[in-house]
Amino acid sequence: MDAFILQILNGLDKGSAYALIALGLTLIFGTLGVVNFAHGALFMIGAFVAVTMQKVLNLSTELVDPTKKDFLGNPLMVKTPYVENWFGESAGQFIINWSVPLSILAAIPIMLAIGFIMERGLIRHFYKRPHADQILVTFGLAIVLQEIVKAFFGANPIQTPAPDALNGVVNMGAWLNMSLSYPLWRIVYFCFAAIIIFGVFAFLQFTTFGMVVRAGMADRETVGLLGINIDKRFTIMFAIAASVAGLAGVMYAPINPPNYHWGMDFLVLSFVVVVVGGMGSLPGAVLAGFLLGILESFASTTWATTTIPGINQIIIYLVAIIILLTRPRGLMGRKGVMEE
Amino acid sequence: MSKLIFNRRGLIKSTAAVGAGLAMPTIFSRNAWAYTNEPKGDTVTLGFNVPQTGPYADEGADELLAQKLAVEHLNGEGDGGCLNTFTSKALKGNGILGKKVAYVTGDTQTKSDAARASAKSMIEKDGAVMINGGSSSGVAVAVQGLCQEAGVIFMAGLTHANDTTGKDRKANGFRHFFNAYMSAAALAPVLEKEMGSDRRAYHLTADYNWGWTQQESIAASTEAMGWETVNNVLTPLASTDFSSYITPVLNSGADVLVLNHYGGNMVNSLSNAIQFDLLNKQVNGKDFKIVVPLYSELMAAGAGDNIKGVLGSMNYNWQLDNEGSKQFVKSFGEKYGKPPSNSAQTCYAQVLLYADACERAGTFNPCGVVEALEGFDFDGLGNGKTSYRKEDHQCFKDVLVVRGAENPTTAYDTLEIVEITPTEQVTYAPDHPLFGGPEATLGTCNSGA
Repeated sequence: MDAFILQILNGLDKGSAYALIALGLTLIFGTLGVVNFAHGALFMIGAFVAVTMQKVLNLSTELVDPTKKDFLGNPLMVKTPYVENWFGESAGQFIINWSVPLSILAAIPIMLAIGFIMERGLIRHFYKRPHADQILVTFGLAIVLQEIVKAFFGANPIQTPAPDALNGVVNMGAWLNMSLSYPLWRIVYFCFAAIIIFGVFAFLQFTTFGMVVRAGMADRETVGLLGINIDKRFTIMFAIAASVAGLAGVMYAPINPPNYHWGMDFLVLSFVVVVVGGMGSLPGAVLAGFLLGILESFASTTWATTTIPGINQIIIYLVAIIILLTRPRGLMGRKGVMEE
Repeated sequence: MSKLIFNRRGLIKSTAAVGAGLAMPTIFSRNAWAYTNEPKGDTVTLGFNVPQTGPYADEGADELLAQKLAVEHLNGEGDGGCLNTFTSKALKGNGILGKKVAYVTGDTQTKSDAARASAKSMIEKDGAVMINGGSSSGVAVAVQGLCQEAGVIFMAGLTHANDTTGKDRKANGFRHFFNAYMSAAALAPVLEKEMGSDRRAYHLTADYNWGWTQQESIAASTEAMGWETVNNVLTPLASTDFSSYITPVLNSGADVLVLNHYGGNMVNSLSNAIQFDLLNKQVNGKDFKIVVPLYSELMAAGAGDNIKGVLGSMNYNWQLDNEGSKQFVKSFGEKYGKPPSNSAQTCYAQVLLYADACERAGTFNPCGVVEALEGFDFDGLGNGKTSYRKEDHQCFKDVLVVRGAENPTTAYDTLEIVEITPTEQVTYAPDHPLFGGPEATLGTCNSGA
């Protein structure tokens, strides 16, 4: 029973990342009709905002300590972060320790700006082009972005730990008399993802801006004829989708050390999630994200891997095939999307 | 219609002409094409094939730094590095056989096909007489095969799978780096000493050739000392989050987790295992332990604090206290501002070993070089006493068992040496079943003539 619940939690946790990325992808596809293969790169850039914040907060003064030696036997250069000099040692260490949550504050404007520049500078020129062109150009952009990140940060993964207060495990099964220890940061991540998903749905459902966007998604031309600048709103939605992916990346950084290739690692899975959920369906993307995350977790159990060797490697694609054969539009796909 | 008339004079003339024609290549071109890419001018070109893009690009960059340093030292520039400590005194700092050493570089991308293409280009277009480098066994086996066909020498870089000098061994290929069997043979006694002989191990294994041979070797060594292998789960190479593989470990009754992962896989799986607090758990009345059979400095940097207390093995570590190592660390450190990694050291040693073999053989002919390297005993390149075994072209030397340091003082001493396992303990028969058995042979040397 413990193992079962732990795998559910793992699945929800993985699914959170898939759902957040797929949500952004679907937002962009639903509003602009663009298949954005650079969306995984936005997730990766978000994680590197956290890495950059950590590096900035660790900018240091260097002083020679003659009592210590470096690897060549020379006096060691001891580093003291500026924040420790400015705010005192304990306050400085506290700030550095909380660099990932602090990164959220930086990531929102940065990702909005990147999304805005991306859409205005490149994507909008491909609105009326075939999907194949959009895929090629956004895939190319993804490669350019990852190479830029690699040029600055290298190819090696970079540890970006969670604050000490949110590290370690919590025993979630104490009241059930079970041993259900689960990493605290992963629970934080799930809660964060739930808030973001709820926030996006609430924004679209309960604001005038969201209502116009939804109307534009249903019938772009009619909304335009009403004198509403729908393009401007869709540009903002693109920037919001970029922020969602970026924030997902920031919070994922303590789970796995970020590397430049993250975007590609998550991109294919996220597209499978979008297709399974139904192209253009926001609830479908979220549902499929969690569903595939849970299935992937269960397929990795000892029982599953010994019963059907290799099932852990194919489960997501197997489910995608079954769903597309039985429900060609995906779980919650709308009629007419990508069917012309 | 013309009529073909044969007479005795004509037949003799024709036979002589045909005979002369057939003899031509051996009379006039034997020296011109004695072997592939025979250096004609005053330079000799070496090909450095390392990952410059892809996940191991940082490791490749480190290898390239070491290779460039080796070329510098061979040409008599810099402080001479390990030419000062190398027990063979054939190298004089005047290039190789009096020819200045030049180099070209290729990008393996850590993909076998790309690595073969770049090696082929360096051999055919740039005239490289030797290919060195790489950070993957798949790449090493592929490039080694190419070099064998092309008639040039392959001095492998970082390749740890048994197969490189096992079932896929080639006469033109040489490996200085240690292998999975050696890791297991070195680790097993330390694991027994620290964890006892009554342990239950759960393996997570990267699903490709290196992972399989690593797991096979570790399981064989640990089972021989009494451990039980509870399970071995193959994980896809593209895995990023290992949480769903970690949680079954908690309910498996295992008290040791062996991570047969390398690079990003290892960084992620170890980080996830630490997140689930495995190292603070008690199973079967014992403290839970994690083992990472193959460490590298870059992996240690990527894993950060998570490696604290975790045991593994290495081919070389800059903290080794011997003259060759001290000299290499000084040369590398003063030039690049950081200590060398074990992949850098193996590439540096391989370039010097090739150059030395050419000097001792008096030729760049691959078959002469092979003869000079086979059974060659040396010291002074950083690993202590080392020997290139004739039967499989594998180097035999001490193996390091290391542990993630609890209190590192700098970014470079995150790993501490626990034990230097003597060569005898990691030596095996050339026809060992894990290395292809009696069927595995080097074949014959190919000079490309």
